[in-house]
Amino acid sequence: MGVLGQACLLTALGLSVYGAGASLYGAAPGRERWVVSGRRSLYALFAVVALAFLLLEIAFVTSDFTFPVVAGQSSLTTPWYYRIAAAWATQEGSLLLWLLLLSGASSLAIFSVRGRMRDVTPYATAVLLGLGAFFAAVLFFTASPFERVAVGPADGLGLNPLLRHPSVLIHPIFLYGGYTLFSVPFAFAIGALIVRRVDAEWIRATRFFTLTAWLLLGTGILLGARWSYAELGWGGYWAWDPVENASLLPWLVGTAFLHSAMIQERRGMLKVWNASLILATGVLCILGTFLVRSGILDSIHAFVQEGNTIAWAFTSLIVVMTAGAVYLVVTRASDTLRSDARIDSLLSRESMFLANNVTFVSITFVVFLGTFYPLITDALGEKRALGPPWFDDYIVPFVLVLVLLSGIGPVIAWRRSTPSRLWRSLRVPALAGIAVLVLGPLLTRAEESPLSLAMFALGTFAIGTGLQELYRGMRARQAMTGESPPLALAGVVRRNRRRYGGYLVHIGISVMFIGVAASTAFQHERDVRLTPGQSAKVGGYTFTYERPIARIAQRAGELERIALGSRVRVERDGKLVTVLRPERAYYPINAPMMGAISRYFEGNATSEIGLKAGLRRDLWIAEQPDIATLQPIIKAGDKVFADARGDLTARQRGDFLGVALGGLVNRYRTSEPPGQFRILVSPLVTFLWLGALFSLAGGLLAAWPEPGMLRGRVRAGYAARLAQELRRA
Amino acid sequence: MDPARKRRIRLVVALSAALLLSGALAYTTFNSSSSAVTPSGLLASASAAKSYQLTGKVVAGSIERKGAGMDFRVRDRDGTASVPVSYTGTVPDPFKEGREIIITVRKQGATYVGEKDTLTTKCPSKFTDQRQAGGAAVS
Repeated sequence: MGVLGQACLLTALGLSVYGAGASLYGAAPGRERWVVSGRRSLYALFAVVALAFLLLEIAFVTSDFTFPVVAGQSSLTTPWYYRIAAAWATQEGSLLLWLLLLSGASSLAIFSVRGRMRDVTPYATAVLLGLGAFFAAVLFFTASPFERVAVGPADGLGLNPLLRHPSVLIHPIFLYGGYTLFSVPFAFAIGALIVRRVDAEWIRATRFFTLTAWLLLGTGILLGARWSYAELGWGGYWAWDPVENASLLPWLVGTAFLHSAMIQERRGMLKVWNASLILATGVLCILGTFLVRSGILDSIHAFVQEGNTIAWAFTSLIVVMTAGAVYLVVTRASDTLRSDARIDSLLSRESMFLANNVTFVSITFVVFLGTFYPLITDALGEKRALGPPWFDDYIVPFVLVLVLLSGIGPVIAWRRSTPSRLWRSLRVPALAGIAVLVLGPLLTRAEESPLSLAMFALGTFAIGTGLQELYRGMRARQAMTGESPPLALAGVVRRNRRRYGGYLVHIGISVMFIGVAASTAFQHERDVRLTPGQSAKVGGYTFTYERPIARIAQRAGELERIALGSRVRVERDGKLVTVLRPERAYYPINAPMMGAISRYFEGNATSEIGLKAGLRRDLWIAEQPDIATLQPIIKAGDKVFADARGDLTARQRGDFLGVALGGLVNRYRTSEPPGQFRILVSPLVTFLWLGALFSLAGGLLAAWPEPGMLRGRVRAGYAARLAQELRRA
Repeated sequence: MDPARKRRIRLVVALSAALLLSGALAYTTFNSSSSAVTPSGLLASASAAKSYQLTGKVVAGSIERKGAGMDFRVRDRDGTASVPVSYTGTVPDPFKEGREIIITVRKQGATYVGEKDTLTTKCPSKFTDQRQAGGAAVS
């Protein structure tokens, strides 16, 4: 299987190189057959990589530990769904997943435009196959998942317990899906620039891929945030960690492109912006992939050892992509990318989109500077680092501007508007925003955080604009068709998915930012040490540590982990609100020389938080149990098992271990141990997740093909084929 | 004025403003940042007036939990020079001996006090040489 896998990688490399060359050669007139050959190479690449990935998954699912990648991430007791996901928990597997998604997305894209843009498509195909060749080469020469050993271990190390969460299982698929799908508009932009194509057909042809990329990447980022909040023991969802930022950078620039592209489609403007934005998005996607496996930045996510050779390969690719992109934009700026029209007025939709671009690029610049600051300052002589407060200070004002623009942009007129016309369009949502600004301090503590109050007001304004447009569209359709409001709304949304999907996204994003502002500025937090019976007051709630809890979890007949925690009663004004059960799960380390009992406490530990989510506030608690009283028992148990090592069969050892651990957890329950608790009462956190769902729903709606679009594509394909046949005749 | 000339002037003004703002950002950022150092760097020249972002590995056997806080030692990634750290705040789940951490500290006497909630532990390396997982290599 290993040999077959290696053969697949080599074939993938060969197909990519051949296909890229054939496509480039076929770009000249009269060489259509080479273009077709290049296209078929792409399809074949996808098939071969899919086979390679299948082989890898078979190795994981069947626990073939002669593959070190399998032994390092999986084990006999790992559930089947974690075994499947463990394939992309490794450097090698994640690169193979990247190549699989890239070849799949590229095949779909090139298939969807076959017969169209005959001048652009060969170059786009060549770029996509060039990227494929890069990843295939890295896999084959330096990071093959199909290396084997002669004799594998009896059991593997298992998946890191921190990764055993549904969000993080699928988080890489969404991230890489976003990165690879953004390669499609990137490649077509390169092709359009090379052939000096002035129109926006390449934007229209790749819009589905751009939107889907944006959706997938955004979902991947949010899954990471959710995992951080619900699984890790610090209570936050975003830490401005370098690798978090690396996935945010292409999303920011990609969002700017999605908006700005509309201006080029409608009025032939902002061409330099659009080309620059999508080329930057493509480069930043590769940069994001690179950062997580480079080790060049200190990060919680920096998964790499020193002397990693693929860092040099990625650096070279990024340099080539950046240089090529800059060259194309600069040399085409004065002709191909010349705007067809000018901005007529500062009060116009075109101006708002330009301001939108500037704001997104500014945020991107700040995030980029903050992320790479240690590298930049290290090169200048003294390495320095920036913390989360710096990012918050510089980014929040820009985000406020973005939310304001998201409220104005959809309603302001094209070409030219006037203050009175604008006020007429926006007065209801504007008044709602002003009401929040005035009433907020009177009804809440919002005045304690002026920036948060501004976000509440602007968010209300933007949500109001979105709802107003939905209402206006519904009323207009009702006037024409006489339908009931729900049917009219469904009808108008169905016929204008892109527009109404966009409104839903704007509403969702504003809801998210309101949640972020409230949960950041008005969170109550307390770190406290409690013994059973003691209470702590946090944010108007009383948290009482009632008693310790302890249990042993088994899987497939094996002892998987020990969980020690507490039962915590939460009350407000004397009434029971909920009971929370924070725990700490201790997973054993696979080290035969370590003590039989202590290996459970020397391995990995994860916080299982207690969470009561609500629309108005979340109650969140994590515990670090004090196991000091257990240490003498653990040491004594280790000695007993060490002394009896040769006298017990494996079965007896397992049985006695179960009894010993059972006794240990009983001791924990009865010894009234103290616990170190982190307690958070966070207002409106649920708005973040709800807003995310609205945004994703809106994105899905906008990306969904319009009715008749598929028929139109098929007709266009047939028309192109007919034209081809007629030319031959 | 010729519209083309007007546009050129606007572009120059906008680019100059962007350049100035970027420069101002870079300059003010320096004052908000902390020196990123290793334990040997701290030992060589740490000042009580400044905060430092310390990166290193937790020394085996050095962790002592004391109530709400804990003391431990941090050593150079590839060396033995180490410094004592005292910390109170969120302890990340992966934190343990031998793991690489990042923490913001200030010098207080002979020890370094970690700022609350600045302790980050790097996830154990996923992208290691997988042959470490066991077994003999195929020749």
